[in-house]
Amino acid sequence: MDVAQEIHQRLTVLQPELCDLDDDSAAHQGHAGAAGGGGHYTLTIVSAAFVGKNRIARHRQVYDLLQDLMPHTIHALALKTYAPGEI
Amino acid sequence: MSQNIHDVIRQQVTENPIVLYMKGSAQFPQCGFSARAVQILKACEAKSVMTVDVLQDPAIRQGIKEFSNWPTIPQLYIKGEFIGGSDIMTEMFQSGELQPLVAAAS
Repeated sequence: MDVAQEIHQRLTVLQPELCDLDDDSAAHQGHAGAAGGGGHYTLTIVSAAFVGKNRIARHRQVYDLLQDLMPHTIHALALKTYAPGEI
Repeated sequence: MSQNIHDVIRQQVTENPIVLYMKGSAQFPQCGFSARAVQILKACEAKSVMTVDVLQDPAIRQGIKEFSNWPTIPQLYIKGEFIGGSDIMTEMFQSGELQPLVAAAS
């Protein structure tokens, strides 16, 4: 299973309506942070699990599911979290 | 050891109104996300920002992640309160929420 599949699978517990993952790693090749091999990703996720939660709480929900992948497998993760109806 | 680092961080964020933990300096950020965080604070006309380069101190680099329960850098504190990372700063800047927080702390 590649990293993107792993991320998608972990996030299924949030039962996302949308889970869009972009692998931006190619754009970061050669910079110091990429030297360790970890990927750069942008995640847009829409989930009812975020209803009534502030931004910090939403990001923590996602981080908690991916914690052991950071920072070595995932070097950087840009996050956009929405409850249904917010976008 | 770890407790001491948390005390150092607690002191930094309570004694300084705006603290940005980042990679590199405000003049020479070493990471795109940190660079964006600096730009946003400039756009908010933030004054008296203390930046802490976590690349200069492995204990702070690990300690701030534990202290905030947040796995990524940069991290912004205003008046001792954890505001978020660069994505949250971007959203709060675009929605106009961040500017008054920064103004009240500058």
